[in-house]
Amino acid sequence: MTTPEEDHRSAVSYWTMEVVVAIVLLLLGALVMFDAARIGARWSDDGPQAGYFPFYVGLILCAVSIVTLVGSLRRTVLQGHSFVSTGQLQLIMKLLLPFAVYIAVLKLLGIYVASAIFIAYFMLRLGDFPRWLTAIVPAGTVVVLFLLFERWFKVPLPKGPLESLLGLG
Amino acid sequence: MLEQFAALAQGFAVAASPENFLLMLVGILLGVVIGVLPGLGGANGIAILLPLTFSMNPTSAIIMLSCIYWGALFGGAITSILFNIPGEPWSVATTFDGYPLAQQGKAGTALTAAFTASFVGALLAVLLITFMAPLVATFALRFGPPEFFSVYLLTFCAFIGMNRGAALKTVASMMIGFGLAAVGLDTVTGRLRLTFGFTEMLKGFDFLIAVIGLFGIGEILLTMEEGLSFRGSKARLSLRVVLETWRELPRYWLSSLRSAAVGCLMGIVPGGATPASFMAYGVAKRFSPDSDRFGRGQVEGVVAPETAAHAAGTTALLPMMALGVPGSPTAAVLLGGLLIWGLQPGPLLFVEQKDFVWGLIASMYLGNLTGLLVVLSGVPLFAAILRVPFAIIAPVILIICAVGAYTVHNSVFDIYLMFGFGIVGYVFKKLNYPLAPLVLALVLGDRAEDSFRQSMLLSQGNLGIFFDSGIAAVLTTLAIVLLVWPLVSTLLPRARRAAAQ
Repeated sequence: MTTPEEDHRSAVSYWTMEVVVAIVLLLLGALVMFDAARIGARWSDDGPQAGYFPFYVGLILCAVSIVTLVGSLRRTVLQGHSFVSTGQLQLIMKLLLPFAVYIAVLKLLGIYVASAIFIAYFMLRLGDFPRWLTAIVPAGTVVVLFLLFERWFKVPLPKGPLESLLGLG
Repeated sequence: MLEQFAALAQGFAVAASPENFLLMLVGILLGVVIGVLPGLGGANGIAILLPLTFSMNPTSAIIMLSCIYWGALFGGAITSILFNIPGEPWSVATTFDGYPLAQQGKAGTALTAAFTASFVGALLAVLLITFMAPLVATFALRFGPPEFFSVYLLTFCAFIGMNRGAALKTVASMMIGFGLAAVGLDTVTGRLRLTFGFTEMLKGFDFLIAVIGLFGIGEILLTMEEGLSFRGSKARLSLRVVLETWRELPRYWLSSLRSAAVGCLMGIVPGGATPASFMAYGVAKRFSPDSDRFGRGQVEGVVAPETAAHAAGTTALLPMMALGVPGSPTAAVLLGGLLIWGLQPGPLLFVEQKDFVWGLIASMYLGNLTGLLVVLSGVPLFAAILRVPFAIIAPVILIICAVGAYTVHNSVFDIYLMFGFGIVGYVFKKLNYPLAPLVLALVLGDRAEDSFRQSMLLSQGNLGIFFDSGIAAVLTTLAIVLLVWPLVSTLLPRARRAAAQ
């Protein structure tokens, strides 16, 4: 069995990413130009219209993206270069997916509860810590966070049902 | 001249007040920690802490935030030397000789050299600022919209010109920044731009969110990918090693001066610190009698880039204050701070906010001295941070980023945006799209556009206005030269070769 770090097979080639990003930027530029043209990108009597500046920004973005795109399409050598290996991608996903879940639920649970669960999850999943540490570190971090923001800086962060139950919200 | 000394003395009185001194210390400590931690750097560290200073007195706030900046500059050297991980892009050149030195068991020497060199670089830069600031300010008083637009143009063209390898991607990155800056309400006509009917887009993109996502989340994804193992050298700094290194350092005075000069110059011209550090390294290598030993643990190879990077990082604040044009992403974040605290950067700042300006300048002297002492005495402590398991550090950093993004506008939507910017940051970094131009364009986009449109109103649509006054003409010409320089320098040798055949 190989550990994720040892899996060096390429998940996506550098070439693919280069081409995809160039196409995305090209579309983005086109979108900007389209919207700018809608609100007026010409020169009126009182100077440039609202869309004048963005129109050219979009145009330049399209132009450089086309050049990058054509350049990349021709450099097929890059197909052999890895953008990210399977192992690396797995490592990143180990971080990114829980984080996505964290920010998705943080409005519902409140930032403090979500943060505690988030840290605890990482410690259980990626580390090999004693039980007591897995309990203390998340709780401690959240308490410090709470005191720092709510008490010291007086910046309220999103709170959830637990805080209102405790009468802290 | 006398007036300046009086102003500076007044500034020292402001900066050395117990409260400000405490903030300075807090700032330095936080800064070093930020510089050492992966995923937190000067720019996004300050961006995260900025909302906490909204209610503070602006002078105290800028002192604390700029000290975080100095701290981060010092901290970057620690990771470069001990772990071969450049904490900031401008620390990359420090790893060339710093890490080999550490592997040879001379980590103490390398660290002392780096810190001292940083301090010297910063000191020379602050001296320059002290004497130049009032001059630049009087000069800048003659600035109208066309001149301001020329400065912005110069800033952007300098970026394109400096990134010779990836000029196209620099332009693309910059245009994305401009595009993002245009989203929302158009200040001149009151029309909605690029919102596509989404109410969340009305207020536009805040660059602080972009900075936290691009530099923070993006960086931590890159760190994760490396496999999260920090294999570092032991960090010990005894007084004996420090004193020995200090005895050795004066030998490199000429190299230091050269590097500081490179740094100061590149710091004022925007886009500076990173190229400055590489340039200084290159220059030191060329002039050194034992240039073949560079890259294998030469103390001079640590001194040169560190001096230049710190000098550039410091002088980047001069155009930020005097013209409102930041020379680096971190300076851009500080500029954002100025605007949030209700201060208008520009020449008038020097007239109306004397306490602020001179308090800041005085705090640069004090902050860098304090920083030197703090890092020299605290290396083992700071290096120990990287020995905290990544399974704890990673989620904590991500939470800090999320909280930081939230506090900018108390909006959960901003956290989602930050997440998106994080992925963009990761992909861009791997594909060599530079991020700094994006951030600068996002910060300056509206202002550049406003000054352009005001100029056009003044001249009734005649582009010639950018060449009318002496200042504008010089700046615009310089901008165009910088812009086409990469093109010329790649085409010219080709043409010559063709002619020779």
